[in-house]
Amino acid sequence: MSYLADIGLEVHVQLQTRTKLFCGCRTDFGAAPNTLVCPVCLGYPGSLPVANQEAIRLTVLTGLMVGSRINSLSSFDRKNYFYPDMPKNYQISQYNQPLCSGGALDFDFQDQPRTVRLRRIHLEEDVGKSIHGSRQSRLDFNRAGHPLMEIVTEPELHSPAEALAFLLALKQMLVYGQISPCNLEEGNLRCDLNCSVRPEGAERLGTKIEVKNLNTFKGVHDALQHEIERQTAALGAGGKLVQETRRFDSARGVTESMRIKEEEHDYRYFPDPDLPSVTLAAELVKAWAELLPEMPRARCARLEREYGLPAYDAQVLAADKHIADFFEETLRQGAKAKAASNWIMTEMMHLLAKSEMDIRRVKITPSALADLLKLLDAQTITAASAKTIFAILFEKGGEAVTLVAQLGMEQVSAEDTLERWVREAVARNPKSADDYRAGKEAALKFLIGQVMRLSGGKANPQRVQDLLKKQLE
Amino acid sequence: MTLPAWNELTVHEALARLEQGDLTSQELVTTLLGVIRERDQQIQGYLEVDEADALRQAAAADQLRKQGHKGQLLGIPLAIKDVLNVQGQSCRCASHILEGYRAPYDATAVERLRAEGALFVGRANMDEFAMGSTTENSAFQVTRNPWDLQRVPGGSSGGSAAVVAADEALAALGSDTGGSVRLPAAFCGCVGLKPTYGRISRYGLTAFASSLDQIGPLTKDIRDAALLLQVMAGHDERDATSSPQPVPDYAAALRKDLAGIKLGLPREYFIAGMDAEVEQIVQQAIRQCEQLGAAISEVSLPLTAFAVATYYIIACAEASANLARFDGVRYGQRVKDAIDPLDMYTRSRAAGFGTEVKRRIILGTYVLSSGYYEAYYCRAQKVRARLRADFVKAFQQCDALLTPVAPTAAFRLGEKTADPLQMYLSDIFTVAVNLSGVCALSVPCGFTSAGLPVGLQVVGPAFGEETILRVGYAYEQSTPWLERKPGRFL
Repeated sequence: MSYLADIGLEVHVQLQTRTKLFCGCRTDFGAAPNTLVCPVCLGYPGSLPVANQEAIRLTVLTGLMVGSRINSLSSFDRKNYFYPDMPKNYQISQYNQPLCSGGALDFDFQDQPRTVRLRRIHLEEDVGKSIHGSRQSRLDFNRAGHPLMEIVTEPELHSPAEALAFLLALKQMLVYGQISPCNLEEGNLRCDLNCSVRPEGAERLGTKIEVKNLNTFKGVHDALQHEIERQTAALGAGGKLVQETRRFDSARGVTESMRIKEEEHDYRYFPDPDLPSVTLAAELVKAWAELLPEMPRARCARLEREYGLPAYDAQVLAADKHIADFFEETLRQGAKAKAASNWIMTEMMHLLAKSEMDIRRVKITPSALADLLKLLDAQTITAASAKTIFAILFEKGGEAVTLVAQLGMEQVSAEDTLERWVREAVARNPKSADDYRAGKEAALKFLIGQVMRLSGGKANPQRVQDLLKKQLE
Repeated sequence: MTLPAWNELTVHEALARLEQGDLTSQELVTTLLGVIRERDQQIQGYLEVDEADALRQAAAADQLRKQGHKGQLLGIPLAIKDVLNVQGQSCRCASHILEGYRAPYDATAVERLRAEGALFVGRANMDEFAMGSTTENSAFQVTRNPWDLQRVPGGSSGGSAAVVAADEALAALGSDTGGSVRLPAAFCGCVGLKPTYGRISRYGLTAFASSLDQIGPLTKDIRDAALLLQVMAGHDERDATSSPQPVPDYAAALRKDLAGIKLGLPREYFIAGMDAEVEQIVQQAIRQCEQLGAAISEVSLPLTAFAVATYYIIACAEASANLARFDGVRYGQRVKDAIDPLDMYTRSRAAGFGTEVKRRIILGTYVLSSGYYEAYYCRAQKVRARLRADFVKAFQQCDALLTPVAPTAAFRLGEKTADPLQMYLSDIFTVAVNLSGVCALSVPCGFTSAGLPVGLQVVGPAFGEETILRVGYAYEQSTPWLERKPGRFL
């Protein structure tokens, strides 16, 4: 019998606000432990939360991007459970009345358009971090109180690969919307998932298994893969599954049980009396909607239209907001569109992939790239030199013009110099010269290469070809 | 050497003398510290008095006054209920679980009083986490009623009321969740004000029940209550439930007559089971208000009988979450050698909390539990909405309500500790005010034959503080009760 998997995701997204959700502490990543804290986010006696309006706005913007219903009245609730890194031993979250209900995310999966419906989007506070040692645990509350947006999907995904495609599309949208930087390595995006399997053709969903706290997309993929295999095998062997919560051991690539349904917490949600309901006037939501940032599809279309780029180029550049940003800034610094596109799609992406870097962290600036492309266009340098300089700029930064001068890479077009190199190349490679004379075109290419080598890549390749032909006639 | 009785002054009297130069803050505080040393062994109203710090604050205030600074409370010492954060002072809420905790910040109300020059001389005893009606639930000591040392001062702000009544303080701050300012004020014969919910910021007030808690002054007269309210009231961006409503000039509302004022007597507050002497004293006070020009009529608050049950469900539910933070992780007491977090929580909390606090946490946890939430918490919220509507309706017919504060005068120590339900009924006339979010005060209105003070409760609509202060003031100024001092413990 073959089985179908039904997968739902709960995605926790750290919002890019300057300050925490209920106090004025900064949200910087990587600060020394317990330096971004105050009586409010430490849960000191008498302290009170006040909701961060920017966090509410970013959550509503997300809802608008996916077509959610924006609830004119929503409220904060207390979710009660004890955990050492949760200062108040309750988490302020939203239960009955989230900011956004419904909505859907469109994305492409295996070249087919897909839509997955969303159940809700709500706002809550993050907890601190426990750092476990062998004999004791330490607590860092810097993260406690960060605004965390939770996006809950319907169980409409059916494979690990599809879940991954959904997450990538969601991340792309959130980065485009300037909702969250979505740096996984900084924990900006974390996932809980639920997964069940049912015999192909069955109407009712199977027994729901939850897996908690996945920090990487690979983790989501692998946990799902393992769960589907495990559940399918269990059912296939005639066994039964119990509703439970599991955790994923990424080292071993397997999930293991945390607690069964009967052991679930009773969170005793109730409205937080410290926080008045959030009311959102229709005019305000409309005003926010008008300021929605451009989304990937719109940008792709605009790159084609505005700069005359081929559809392929536009698509590649628009896939990552920050790459598209870099491209457009390079144009603003005077580069030509197609040249900039080519260099970003080839050299830049090659080096990014090789160094596993984010374009926001590279040393090369859009203006340096624009200058480099201008030098190339004016034939001040050769394409070969440009590549060398690009690599240096990428790694170390600096100004293109200065580098060209420092390295003496100005292209050489002076007739006598070129002729000297050509004579030398022919003299050293008599066989190739004979081959060319005998009609072998490929031999000419080889000889051009030899001249370029002698010139240290500075010879004007067009002139070299002309001179070679003349020499070999 | 007998010290002059500066300690018997009201705040406004002391201010007048400070301004005239007849008195320095250091003299005032020195006198007060002497009286505390002498009397508080019996009264046990203070948990902590830092004499050196009090004198240092007083010297600084005198210095400021010399430099020409003015402040509405410059040089005035206050007693603070142990539930309010005063930077650098302990703030244990009369609980073992907060032993060792020192407040890292000022509550907004404290900050505003400090900005006007007030001094913070001592921590007043209370029922642990403000849970109780007698102050017998303090983990540290039992405060005595200055009028009869064998009787309770009321609670939960019993320490605050007792030190004001015993002239160990000029005035004090308390907090009122279900009557915790008004009841001890009535039992000790001082003025206690519970402002409208949202009138004074709760930031820095350790929460018992967040939707009910309000800070309130306990004072020797109505004018002082108006003055302290004036300084503390107003919106605070750190408390989302504080009101943006403008703050009127409360002193300007004080007048000696009640001409044109309509006062309502809620039928349900004059019931069988009340102490006959207390009822007769309250009736006498009502006639006095009539004599001052008020029109008296009967009104109805039909759901009064459900107020106590509703109150205990909501207050305990909120408390169960509010008190979850006392886990020994970040501050306060933590057991040693816990084997895991659960062990640390259960043992720290078992050792740190007293019986009444545990009772209410368990009750609150129960009413919020899945399967019981609808029947208890939800239903209580519905009753609360109806209660609130009843008050709104009553205030369409009158400007303020007159009721007793409690069915009896102060009872004996230990008399009700065995029966929590009997104890909860002491709050029968006060809790509906908190559930409805309106304002009320207690003003002394006479003495029983045993010499115990009785309080008259004046209830006003939301943001009706001017009205109730006016009623309280006119009544107080036309009666001799303020002149009486408890003397027998001296």
